[in-house]
Amino acid sequence: MDPSRGRDDGAQQPAATGDRSTLTLQINGTERTLTLDHRTTVLDALREHLGLTGAKKGCDHGQCGACTVIVDGRRANSCLLLAVAHDGAAITTVEGLADGDRLHPLQEAFLDRDALQCGYCTPGQLCSAVGMLGEAADGFPSHATPRRAPVSAPAPLGADEIRERMSGNLCRCGAYPRIVEAIEDVAP
Amino acid sequence: MKPFAYLRARSADEAVQESAARPDAVFLAGGTNLVDLMKLGVEAPELLIDISRLPLDQVADTADGGLRIGATARNSDLAAHPAVRTRYPVLSQALLSGASGQLRNTATTGGNLLQRTRCPYFQDTSKPCNKREPGTGCPARDSAQRDLAVLGHSEHCVATHPSDMAVALSALDATVRLHGPDGERTVSATTFHRLPGDTPDRDTEIRPGELITEVVLPPSPDGAASVYRKARDRASFAFALASVAAVLSVRAGRIEHAALAFGGLAHRPWRAHAAEDVLRGAPATDETFERAVDAELTAARPLRDNAFKVGLARNLAVDALAELAADS
Repeated sequence: MDPSRGRDDGAQQPAATGDRSTLTLQINGTERTLTLDHRTTVLDALREHLGLTGAKKGCDHGQCGACTVIVDGRRANSCLLLAVAHDGAAITTVEGLADGDRLHPLQEAFLDRDALQCGYCTPGQLCSAVGMLGEAADGFPSHATPRRAPVSAPAPLGADEIRERMSGNLCRCGAYPRIVEAIEDVAP
Repeated sequence: MKPFAYLRARSADEAVQESAARPDAVFLAGGTNLVDLMKLGVEAPELLIDISRLPLDQVADTADGGLRIGATARNSDLAAHPAVRTRYPVLSQALLSGASGQLRNTATTGGNLLQRTRCPYFQDTSKPCNKREPGTGCPARDSAQRDLAVLGHSEHCVATHPSDMAVALSALDATVRLHGPDGERTVSATTFHRLPGDTPDRDTEIRPGELITEVVLPPSPDGAASVYRKARDRASFAFALASVAAVLSVRAGRIEHAALAFGGLAHRPWRAHAAEDVLRGAPATDETFERAVDAELTAARPLRDNAFKVGLARNLAVDALAELAADS
């Protein structure tokens, strides 16, 4: 590896002075350019600057998962991501899961299974489940994956796998049994 | 959180030079621990040097059959890497037993090594803490120390290092490659983290301005099997109360190679040299495993509420070694 070669992504290098930068995020397919204080997290950019309040601020410390969004194809805790460090990123929030009036299959499954009570954690649960199904399809193992499972093959998703892979999303109402059932309905 | 400037490094050299010129600067990779500590007020850098876009995320074989892991390789990618799953299962298992899917997608190899203790006093700026503010004292010692150290602690600090990954790296005899203002150097993963002594503010042997560029694993010993075991308060997404990384090879009933490291017990991953001395060349029996682990844990000095960790660690280690022996 050659540590002297930086990724050529065309992004301007911000100056090492000042406490604000201008950056562009691709939110649910639409480019949005913002000038933000460096302290602004992706979660605060979404909620306070772009009016997208689907992603929730629960703990604000990466412990509850209510802020989960999908960044460049991977689920992440948006409360721990500094927006300035994600200039150019493609972000999908719960507002971007449906196709027009047609809900995402996981959204339908959550409704069918009544997989929520207060609903506060639901946007994070949905984005996390979308990301998690992609990870399993790509052959990413989990702590619950049998140790002799074939490497790089899609991981079959039983209830134990779903519980383990979704452990970063807390539900204070305790709707876990139906959340697991809803995800099982959609899992291959 | 205090305001800060931001620099996206275009090369490792630039990152190191900027860092050396600005003692108030901190490197940013995944940020899962750093951003949290900035919110808590524990960290207040005036400049963040973002290294996350440097080409340091590759995982590749070395010429001698080992593995080179870039500092910004994500924990989830590393755990899923075919070479890690097949040749170094203890590392994959350790990574997968830590944090959550979201955090593993973001957290990096270098950041995982440099994460700070989750001791509640360290994370609470309204409390004294010798690690956060040297000389202020250690209220943890006589308070909520159920989760804290039983080995290698000092009167100044009883914190534990929270990483699972680092425990596996120690048992695998990994080395940490550092790029600094004075050039490059390599430190053993086992001694990269320090014991607290009277300078608990220093977690590691890293020097000002140094950047972790990669972690290198030597070839897996012939016929060796490895496993990571972790005990925690809930089934997932919790730090270790005690954990163990074990690497073992057995031939004709005798132990050829043995490496054992504990997590959750000390200020650093605790490489069990005394246990390994008992294991090497001995018959691969439960009696040997118990004798070896006891030889190590005789050094334990539990605090008021955490003596349970010693028995927990003992049983985890004996069980892990027995499992590996049965498999070989």
